[in-house]
Amino acid sequence: MAEKFIYMDHAATTPVKKEVLEAMLPYFTEHYGNASSVYSIGRESKKAIEEARDRVAKAIGAQSKEIFFTGSGTEADNWAIKGIAYANKTKGNHIITTSIEHHAVLHACQYLESDGFEVTYLPVNENGLVTPEQVSAAIKPNTILITIMFANNEIGTIQPIAEIGRIAREKGVYFHTDAVQAVGNIAINVAEMNIDLLSLSSHKFYGPKGVGALYIRKGVKITSFLHGGAQERGRRASTENVAGIVGLGKAIELATGKLNEYNAKLLALRERTIEEVMKNIPFVKLNGDRHQRLPGNVNFSFEFIEGESLLLMLDMKGIAASSGSACTSGSLDPSHVLLAIGLPHEIAHGSLRLSFGEDNTNEDIDYLMEVLPMIVGRLREMSPLYETVKRGNKNV
Amino acid sequence: MYSEKVMDHFMNPRNVGEIEDADGVGQVGNAKCGDIMKMYLKIDNNVIVDAKFKTFGCGAAVATSSMATELVVGKTVEEALKITNKAVAEALDGLPPAKMHCSNLAEEAINAAIEDYKRRNGLLDESNDCTACGRRCDDVHHHDFDEDEE
Ligand SMILES: Cc1ncc(COP(=O)(O)O)c(C=O)c1O
Ligand SMILES: [Zn+2]
Repeated sequence: MAEKFIYMDHAATTPVKKEVLEAMLPYFTEHYGNASSVYSIGRESKKAIEEARDRVAKAIGAQSKEIFFTGSGTEADNWAIKGIAYANKTKGNHIITTSIEHHAVLHACQYLESDGFEVTYLPVNENGLVTPEQVSAAIKPNTILITIMFANNEIGTIQPIAEIGRIAREKGVYFHTDAVQAVGNIAINVAEMNIDLLSLSSHKFYGPKGVGALYIRKGVKITSFLHGGAQERGRRASTENVAGIVGLGKAIELATGKLNEYNAKLLALRERTIEEVMKNIPFVKLNGDRHQRLPGNVNFSFEFIEGESLLLMLDMKGIAASSGSACTSGSLDPSHVLLAIGLPHEIAHGSLRLSFGEDNTNEDIDYLMEVLPMIVGRLREMSPLYETVKRGNKNV
Repeated sequence: MYSEKVMDHFMNPRNVGEIEDADGVGQVGNAKCGDIMKMYLKIDNNVIVDAKFKTFGCGAAVATSSMATELVVGKTVEEALKITNKAVAEALDGLPPAKMHCSNLAEEAINAAIEDYKRRNGLLDESNDCTACGRRCDDVHHHDFDEDEE
């Protein structure tokens, strides 16, 4: 194992912050009460949950009673999509989404297709963007839901959410956004952006894993997700994950409190990385929009090499990153996002995503720029595809 | 996920490169499915005396290429043709089930390079169709395990 460890995969997950962990700990031990119980330690748990709810509401410009805690971002997505579909099926059966959503959205939509719903998967341009006009043109009399992610987890592209929200509201169609990658990275106000439902996940902003939330605007018609007790006002039954919820609340407060500072830091790392990689490594492409992207996200395709090899070699040098190659996604095809922005398979296989966070420094980028060009060069020397290029015959 | 031996062959691959005056060259796989292996053989008196490879692919693809070149050297053409994907994988202390397709490529690359050698030397039995070069992604890839994403 390399002694160095540099984590550049914050889009996959983030470490729990010290203050967050400290806020959580008492709720495992002395404050273990069930929030539904009447005695004092039960009431304390209840109070902690409601405080966390207030914090989440404040962070996204919602009211507290519009926030419902869930077991993950995936659960929030599933609830939003299936819950709206089933509660509104007498109104219509058409759903609009995009081809670059996270699988939590795509597979929920595919499931609904198998149950009689009709789904439009809007294509994106070569930068991974949909336009408000595309959304507008796709709306039909039987459209009941538009679900479009705030920011993409692979290529970081940020969608024109406020414009889409305005269109959805005008047309009277519910609008859900998977903001799992956006919360804690971009300023969000659900009221101003006309968002009806929003999914978020604690482990993407230095909170614990296995806890998320769904914002459901007051008055939105949606079915309950888990049937059981009266928790979450009967809409998502089960004894609350008190410590997790407290952690989420603390984490979102910290994240949105220092948003500008955090943004500026990540942006500097991102810009430097893009500039230096593009300058120092030939046959490279930046995936995603140059500017409309998450402050901490870069995604490159290096021609003639394969992503998993790249990740293994980076790992040997102590750098943790991710890729959209088939061999890392575990299926035959490379990432659906990279294919949707029009990359040929062979270019998509050679992708590398670096996502920066709190713990990254300029020295980390120095080190990255020391090892990355070397690794890419080494893999290319090993590649039969590069051979042809070197001989001046780019006809591979 | 990978055995130490796989990681060793991946990080320090044996016999990377080309053989200028190779007696047989075989390339299998394609860029679309994410793995390409090209194998160069030097054959003297029906014995493989040198082998080199170039590979575009994942860790398993590189390691199996490396191991395959080690296995073929010193073998007769007939012996080399008997090397199976399983033998290559076993020599690497096993591969994750999802990565077995990569060892298929190693076996195919050996076969393709020997076929090229036979063709050049008029040793090809015309009734013997090329088994390796016509394969498509779907034949060499696996699809039977869960997707695993962040
Ligand atoms: C865009 C997006 N949506 C949903 C999820 C799923 O969230 P969770 O891991 O909390 O289930 C993720 C990441 O995992 C994501 O990046
Ligand atoms: Zn492979």
